[in-house]
Amino acid sequence: MTEKLVEAIVGMREKEAIGLAREALEAGTEPMEVMESCRRAVEEVGKRYEEGEYFLPELMLTGQMLTQISELAKDRLSTAGAEEKRLGRVLIGTVKGDIHDIGKNVVAFMLDSNGFEVKDLGVDVPPERFVEAAREFKPQVVGMSALLTLAFDPMKETVQAFEEAGLRDQVKIMIGGAPVNEQIKEYTGADAWGKDAVEAVSLAKKWVGGV
Amino acid sequence: MLTENWASLSPREKFEERFKSWMNPPGVEFATPEARQAYQERTQNLKDAVELKKPGRVPICPFIGFFPANYAGITAEEAMYDYEKLGMAWTKYHQDFQPDSLASSFMIGPAPIFEKLDYRMYRWPGHGTPAHTPYQFIEAEYMTEDEYDLLINDPSGFWMRRYLPRVFGVLKAWEGLPPLTDIVELPFVGACVIPYGIPDIQESFKTLLEAGNMALEWIGAIGAIDGGVTATLGIPPVLAGFCKAPFDYLADTLRGTQPIMLDMYRRPEKLLKALEVMIPLNIDLGVRTATQNNAPFVFMPLHKGADGFMSDRDFARFYWPSLKAVLLGLIEEGLVPYVFVEGGYNTRLEYLADPDLPEGSIVFMFDTTDMEAVKKTLGGKQCFGGNVPGSLFRTGSPAQVEEYVKNLLEKVGQDGGFILSTGTVIDEADPEAFKAMFEAGRKYGTY
Repeated sequence: MTEKLVEAIVGMREKEAIGLAREALEAGTEPMEVMESCRRAVEEVGKRYEEGEYFLPELMLTGQMLTQISELAKDRLSTAGAEEKRLGRVLIGTVKGDIHDIGKNVVAFMLDSNGFEVKDLGVDVPPERFVEAAREFKPQVVGMSALLTLAFDPMKETVQAFEEAGLRDQVKIMIGGAPVNEQIKEYTGADAWGKDAVEAVSLAKKWVGGV
Repeated sequence: MLTENWASLSPREKFEERFKSWMNPPGVEFATPEARQAYQERTQNLKDAVELKKPGRVPICPFIGFFPANYAGITAEEAMYDYEKLGMAWTKYHQDFQPDSLASSFMIGPAPIFEKLDYRMYRWPGHGTPAHTPYQFIEAEYMTEDEYDLLINDPSGFWMRRYLPRVFGVLKAWEGLPPLTDIVELPFVGACVIPYGIPDIQESFKTLLEAGNMALEWIGAIGAIDGGVTATLGIPPVLAGFCKAPFDYLADTLRGTQPIMLDMYRRPEKLLKALEVMIPLNIDLGVRTATQNNAPFVFMPLHKGADGFMSDRDFARFYWPSLKAVLLGLIEEGLVPYVFVEGGYNTRLEYLADPDLPEGSIVFMFDTTDMEAVKKTLGGKQCFGGNVPGSLFRTGSPAQVEEYVKNLLEKVGQDGGFILSTGTVIDEADPEAFKAMFEAGRKYGTY
């Protein structure tokens, strides 16, 4: 079952994947085992995305398949499940004044599929919410996204807010989005910038001491 | 503008007629002989660029958003609500920067009308975004996944009874309107007008009539602002027509990014059929708007076909064929699609060089695409330009901007068929750095 399920998800055959997961669960397969297949499938999808074989439609469909399978598995999960070992925590959001979320969502997906625990604050996130959330969630990495050139100042203000809160040396800050580049990194005071989700993952890995 | 023998003209003859009318606009009274001469030079330079010749000087046609408001010291909110301040700011921008294409005040939009209609598809300054922040689109499923057949069978009916009631609060009651195509033969007429007697539908029409009056007031103000810029400074309207790539038309406006990408897997046949239906709608939209505004260009911003959005296989299947059909439809009517290729198109350049698209008939303006690759692929085939990064006007010095423009012109602009422009729409910029782009264009852009 497990290989077939992985193949169906990776092959973007939604109906087949959901059907296989349901059959397996009904036949008494451990929900954790089904979810493990999903995890392997997501890893493979993420890899194909990095390699330029898969794009947004494939990431989005994978996300949909996962949601449906987790729904099916949820009811049957006996224990809360052993705490998964994660590489690290990343806090992410689109900055104040900007409501674009596609790029940010892709980054969150890729971080998650690469083993990070991701807290997504959504869009139009003011500096103080980034700081508050960081106090609670204690991320090693903060990711800020923007599509509008107008978001450069809110990015800069968010970096400053971390400084004022005395948290600046506890987090690495990365920024991304269509208009972001090296100059904008300098302007905002972020630690690094990335042009896409793949770069976001390698930055986060570098910072938490991963590969 | 259309000549009496219009139907019998070839696409190239229509092209010439449209340019002739644009270059000698009836109804424009130039304030000075200098303004008239500047207008003629500017339009001739643009025509030369389109025809892949070397113009007198490279046309400088940036994409302008709310920059004039910031520059003149008014808020985005004031620009959208106060037409007098809008006029002051937009006129000042044209006077001080002397661009070669009009930044129409039309694009800023009449916020009082949006309020009147309870427009829900956008946030705008003072209405969901801060006073200084331009309007932003709220992405949602304005068409649900089970509505493809409705759209395919009757786009206008879908618009009237599903889309408009969702995006305008005051048109909610239109959900109950019957299709206008029900009105056939005498016995049905009475029944078909019954809904128009229902109070909440009557109320929606009353509000719409009031909005109509407000729109006349607005367009009067816009006409005076834009007309004044053209008459006194000789700056021509360029982006006067408008339409979209069918995929974006569906994806941006109706389905939303995530839903349409799932549709590519879940209901590809419906999606393809809907894209086909969107082709004539967009050609018609482009032709009508360009004709009404007497300019030969149709502005087409491209969104969701950029690098990274979808695979090449999906681009070839879902994005390109309907876009190509719209381009050909506009060219057939003598129009020049003025395509703003947002994001990167490095993996799609070969499509734009499609041999079915007649040479010298399209303008492709780029954002982050590698311009040397553009030159290699499109040079001598279609006019192109763009690329000066918006971020450079925020973080760079005037000298850095000058260097960038000089380098760009040397590398890809030296053979003509080139328009100097920004890679993104400019909202905020350091005025001195931005001005440096214009000055560098005038200094290094002569042939």
